[in-house]
This record gives sequence, C-alpha cells and structure tokens, in this order.
Amino acid sequence: MAKAEATFHVFRGEAADAESGVEASGEYQEYKVPVEEGMVVLDAMHYIQGEDAPDLAVRWNCKAAKCGSCSAEINGKPRLLCKQRMDALPLDEPIVVSPLKTFPLVKDLVTDVSWNYKMNAAIPPFQPKEEDTDKWEVFENDVVRTQEFRKCIECFLCQDVCHVLRNHDRKDAFAGPRFMVRLASLDMHPMDARNDRVKYTKEEAGIGLCNITKCCTEVCPEDIKITDNAIIPMKERVVDEFYDPVMKVLRGIGLAHKK
Amino acid sequence: MAKTVVIQDINATGATERNDGWWVEPLMVLGGLGLFIVYATWAAIQGEFYAMEKVEEIIIPAGANAAEFVRPYLSPICSPDLPRWFPELFSWYQWSPAFLILPFPGAFRATCYYYRKAYYRSFFTTPAACSVGGQPSPLSKLLGFTKKYTGETQFPMYFQNLHRFTFYIAALFMVILAYDAYQGFFGWEHIGYADGKNFHVGVGSLVILGNVVLLGLYTFSCHSWRHLLAGKLDCFSCSDFTSKRFDAWKRQSFLNEHHMLFAWVSLIWVGFTDLYIRLCAMGIWQDRILF
Ligand code: SF4
Ligand code: SF4
Ligand code: FES
Ligand code: FES
Repeated sequence: MAKAEATFHVFRGEAADAESGVEASGEYQEYKVPVEEGMVVLDAMHYIQGEDAPDLAVRWNCKAAKCGSCSAEINGKPRLLCKQRMDALPLDEPIVVSPLKTFPLVKDLVTDVSWNYKMNAAIPPFQPKEEDTDKWEVFENDVVRTQEFRKCIECFLCQDVCHVLRNHDRKDAFAGPRFMVRLASLDMHPMDARNDRVKYTKEEAGIGLCNITKCCTEVCPEDIKITDNAIIPMKERVVDEFYDPVMKVLRGIGLAHKK
Repeated sequence: MAKTVVIQDINATGATERNDGWWVEPLMVLGGLGLFIVYATWAAIQGEFYAMEKVEEIIIPAGANAAEFVRPYLSPICSPDLPRWFPELFSWYQWSPAFLILPFPGAFRATCYYYRKAYYRSFFTTPAACSVGGQPSPLSKLLGFTKKYTGETQFPMYFQNLHRFTFYIAALFMVILAYDAYQGFFGWEHIGYADGKNFHVGVGSLVILGNVVLLGLYTFSCHSWRHLLAGKLDCFSCSDFTSKRFDAWKRQSFLNEHHMLFAWVSLIWVGFTDLYIRLCAMGIWQDRILF
C-alpha cells in the first residue's frame, strides 16, 4: 500500500531590516511529506529540512510539549509543532504552517518573542511576607488554586492568539494572558507581601483591554483555564478595589481591608 | 514548486488561515440570542396571556367549564407581576409587566462574563473567532465603541465592571421565582380551580419548576458569586470561616465550569416556559393535570 502523503505550505521568509528599512517578507512554499504513524508536524518539518530545504528555520528543543519553543501556527491555529499530530489533520488539502503572527519574524517559522520577556521582567517578583522563610507553614488548600498556573511552559501561544495583541497591537498597554496568569498566581499567594498587584494588573498590565473572549484558553497546550481562573478572578479583584462603590464605603468605614 | 502567497492583512475582519468552520459557532450564537431577543420583545409587546390565574384573562373553549382551565402559572418574564401586587402604585401603568421586569435579568445576562464573550464574538466581531481578524463591527461602534478597540476600559463597556450588582438583584429574583414555582404546585385553591383542592401537579407546574432550577444553576454558577464566596481571599486556611468559604468555593467552582451550559439551557427554558403558559392561556394548547 502506498504511504499517505501530506502536502505542506510552509512559510519561508526573512526578517525586517531596520537599517535598510526593508520590511519582513516571505512566501509559502509547497513540500510533500510521507506520513508515518504517530507523526507530528515537527517531524514533518524535520523531514523537509532533511530532504528539501536544509535551511528551513524552525525552533524546537524537547519534542515533548514541555519547553514551549516550537510554537507556530498550523492551518491558522496557534499550536505546538511537536504536539500537533498528523492524524488529527485533514490530509486532502495542504497543511499551512506559519510563524506566530503577533511577533516579529526572525526567519521562516522562527519569531522574536523577546517582548514577552520584557513584560515578565517588569512584574515585581514574589516578595515573601516574613523574613525567615523557614518558619513558613503553607497549607495545601492555599496553593491548589495557583498550582494550575505553574503548569505554564511559556510557549506564548496565548499571547499570539490574543486579539488585543494580535489585531489591535496594544503591546503598549496590555501585558497579555500569560502575564495575567502570572499576576494572578502572585496576587493569590498567601505569603506574598505586596499589596499593589491589583493596581499593577489594572494600570500597568491593562486587564481592562481583555474582553474575556477566551481565545487564550482555547489554545493553551497546558489546558490552563486562563480566562476563568486567572483573568476573571483578577477582574473581580480590580472591581473590588477600583469600581465597586459599596466596597469603597466599606473600606472607608473600616469594614473591609485596605489592600 | 514555489508558490507565492500574499501575506494577508491579518487584522481585517474575517481574515484567517483557518480552514475549519470557525464561523459556525458565532453564527449559531447570533441566531440563538437574536431569536430570544425577538421572542421576548414580541411576548412583552403582546402584553397579555402571561398568566392563567383569572378566568377573564385566558381563552376558554366554547361550552367548557372555565374553572377547569385556570392555573396558578405565571410566566417568568412577567414575574413579579408588580402592577398586580401594587395596583394603586401602578394604576397609570397599562403595559405588560415584562417591560418592568426584563431589564433586570437582561442586565444580568448582558454583563455576564459568558454572554460578554458570546456577543463580543458574534455581534461585535472582536474577534468573531480565535486567530480570525476582527475590528469592531458597525454594531459595536453604534453602541459607543470608539474606532479604536478599547476593550472594557471605556464608556459604555466600563459598566461591565458592575456585573456583581446585577447578580445581587438576580439572586433576589430567584426567591420570587421559587415562590412562583411553589404556587404552581400549592396555589390551586385560591385561584378557584374546579375541584377546590389546593395541590395539583400539572405539566405546567413541572415546566415552571424546571425553570427555577435551571435559572438557579445559571445564577449561582456566576463568576462574581465565585469571587464573593472565597475567590477574593488569598488565604483559605486562615480561619474556620475562610475554610468554610473555601469548601463552598470548591463546590461552586464545579458549577462555574458549566456556566456556559447553564446560560444556554436556562435561557431556552425561560423562553419555553413563557411560550408554554402563553399557548395554554390562549387556548392553543391544553395543560394536562398529572395528579
Ligand atoms: S480572553 Fe482576554 S487575554 Fe485571553 S485572548 Fe481573549 S482578550 Fe486576550
Ligand atoms: S498560559 Fe498556556 S498558552 Fe500561555 S504561555 Fe503558558 S502554557 Fe503557553
Ligand atoms: S519542542 Fe518543546 S514544546 Fe515543542
Ligand atoms: S452570570 Fe455569568 S458570570 Fe455572572
């Protein structure tokens, strides 16, 4: 029996050149790849590198959906190349593989995601409440909620799909879902001493720009319920501090905590 | 074999490389919500046949015994029937109570975190689906979005932040609707039902009971309620009270995961309950008494 063959349209392109002012450009090239059992799209990219295009740039490390390096878009959907199985894709039409479209192109399937590292570095790190951390007693109940957030592998697929960054280009005002997750895990931590996380989430990270349309949740390869468990709870905390007139009165007369 | 494909503008509404039926879901939501809005508006404008308690307010087949056709049923979209409760206060008011009532559950659903997602996608196209380009639709501009996307930071979307207050009101409504459901079983005597007994189970009683159960599931799976229960706490094990709140939060979180399901089922059931009572009151359909 002849092996099934898949047709790929893979984006091949070059970065923008700031000096000469040349914009990023590229085109989709067609490649044929024989389909093996258990194959993932990253295998197909390696096959193309081996057979047709040794200069095809693709970033990867673990091939186990754990390092978050191989993020790209498959048939228009943000995916990990190493997690997308071939048998879950229709083979009767070309499989389109492109780089993350929200971040600047480096080459072919590789993008420059360093903006995310800047957003990360800007967030004030965990600040323990007590000096002597040896004395800490943390109960399981107090960390179950934030355990989920620790699964994040920083693949930035959520950042790629978020329309605030992708279509409205508000990188100036919105840190993106990945950092809403991080801020939630810090703000919900019982031992974090900072009381300005909610303010930061509203004013620096721009949570109001998220309209909870849940695309981040749809693409997260770690199945983190980003919108329901991080963003909406943080929006509610922002309401407590900034919008709820009753809470304001309660705080004024000392019946609610000043954060 | 090089194929040059123009890199499209990924930001234009509908622009995408997706080849699956990404438009199916937003269209279904558009149709579903649209249908409900049209039906509820029509039902409110019709202005009668929303209750079956009074002989003169329902249509009785010629020659039949009128007392066999009254029912302790009131449509949820007209409950509480304020003009009937406070006749002096509302003597000037001549329209359906639906116009007095619907704004409250309407505001609750309009600011609900799930429905926000649903209509931002289907009606406002910001975005219509994931990794599909979307600029604010003409409708969203009409409703006050500036040209530029501003999320929920500006008027009028700013008011989405007050969702919790609509939840408080919705929780009060649940008490009233529970009372209506109770009446559906134990309110037959004072409306003068034929056999003079107070307890009956009609198909309508069950329909109304289903309504209050589903609305309860929807209302109490709300994200604002989840926050209030214990989501706002940082430390769950700090006191007995916070531990109790944590237990409640865990249970509520289970409901919350299904919030979208409850949102739809309860919406459909509200419409169905109203339709059922309306058809019976108009004599088009006959309610059966089971026992
Ligand atoms: S839910 Fe918010 S953060 Fe997530 S993709 Fe949508 S707009 Fe972006
Ligand atoms: S939250 Fe999920 S999608 Fe976003 S970076 Fe982390 S693992 Fe990736
Ligand atoms: S290669 Fe590590 S996540 Fe795909
Ligand atoms: S009712 Fe949907 S979130 Fe409150």
